[in-house]
Formats: sequence, structure tokens, C-alpha cells
Amino acid sequence: MKISELADRLGLILYGGSSGIDKDAEGGYCSDLLSDVMGHAHANQVWITVQTHKNVIAVASLKELAAVIIVQGLEPAPEVIVQSEAENIPLLGTSESAFEIAGKIYSILK
Amino acid sequence: MFFEYSIEGGNFAQAGSTSSQVKKNLKQLNVDGSVIKRTVVALYEAEVNIVAHAFRGTIIVEIMEDKIHILLNDEGPGIPDIGKAMEIGFSTASPEVREMGFGAGMGLSNMKNNSDELHISSKVGQGTRVEITNYFQAKPVSLQ
Repeated sequence: MKISELADRLGLILYGGSSGIDKDAEGGYCSDLLSDVMGHAHANQVWITVQTHKNVIAVASLKELAAVIIVQGLEPAPEVIVQSEAENIPLLGTSESAFEIAGKIYSILK
Repeated sequence: MFFEYSIEGGNFAQAGSTSSQVKKNLKQLNVDGSVIKRTVVALYEAEVNIVAHAFRGTIIVEIMEDKIHILLNDEGPGIPDIGKAMEIGFSTASPEVREMGFGAGMGLSNMKNNSDELHISSKVGQGTRVEITNYFQAKPVSLQ
């Protein structure tokens, strides 16, 4: 499913990286540890996290992830949004918890 | 083909930029995707370690027809017990670094799992030297 469609269905906020929203999401990975994501996430997955700093975009780009979803209503700083635009990584947000949004994404994509 | 990069300790805003540049170079050379993926993970972890632990460092990347060789040298505290540092979960990162999601004690095992050859040597109080070699076994590249 396209990131744009996933975002619509889940009511996600799009902070940046809109040029990447036509990418297909092939599953997800839920973690707040960057090395865990580096070691275990796969390309085209959606990354669900509470981390909001610039390195999140660097990791997402290096791993060719489909998008980043920031949970709990946390908001990325302006420079993180700029980075998401530069790297074409959709940066999305939700007020829901990682557990809730991961559950919904799982039931949509499984 | 040689590339050299300088890394500044503590500058998290720049962490990963060398890995990103190397990834672009490998893609341009048409290196096999799975080799690029592994190399990028190993290099990113090593690059972040310089940022998180050292004062400064250099990364020298050499791309040959059959392999990529990466040498990372830093000036920093060094690693007293490399065997211990390789254990998953062992970390000496500061609380600030951990809050960013770094310093989980998974970096060195990621480096090991994503390198064909990994050599780490260190002198306490001086610095650490990391060598990563990955082979393009199935698909040599043309460096013309």
C-alpha cells in the first residue's frame, strides 16, 4: 500500500518528505534504538518511533525505509523536516502510541 | 578509488553523512545492492562511534575492483576491552547519547554482522582503529 493511502486511512500528519509518499510500504518496524533499526529493519518498511531528531532521517535514508511515523504527538524540529524533504523520506506523525499505530498498520498490511 | 573524510566528535548533526556519501559512490559504481546495504550498516555504526566517543577521526575509503576497504582512525578514549565491547548490550555511551537512541550496545555486533572482515585495535587514551572489508564477490565493479 502506498504511504499516501496509509496516511489517509490512519489520519497521519505529514510533516515533510511529501515527494516520497507514492512509495509502497512493505511492512513496518517499531523501535527507538537506532542500531536496532540499522541491524534489523528492511528496505520499504515504515519505521514507528518516538525519536524526533535529524539522525532518524539519516538512518531511514541509509536503510531505504518507506517512511517514518513519529508517535505520541511528538513533533520533529524544523531542521528534521528540511532533512526529510532533502532525502525524500515521508515524515509522518500521530497522537497515538506506537502500540496502537503498529497494530493498525499490521492489520492493514498483513 | 580513494575518498577521505574528517569526522568531528560530538557533531551528531553530521553523523551518517560519510555513510550516505559512500552509499552514493557505491551505487554509481553499480555495486551489488546487498553489498551496499551491509557496507552502509557497518560504516554507519563505525562513523557514529567516532561522533559519540572520540574527539575527531578520519575515514579512508578505498574502492577496488573486487572489494571496498574502509579504515577509520580516531583520536579518543580508546576501548579497554574490545571483547567486552563486542557483547550485545554493552555500552559506555553517555545518557544524552542514549536518549537519542544511540548507545544501545548493538553497534559493534552490527559492524561484525555486516562486514566480511572486521579488525578493531585500540590504545586506551589514544584512540581506536577500525578496518572494514567487504567483497563484491558475485559482481566485480569497473572503475573506469
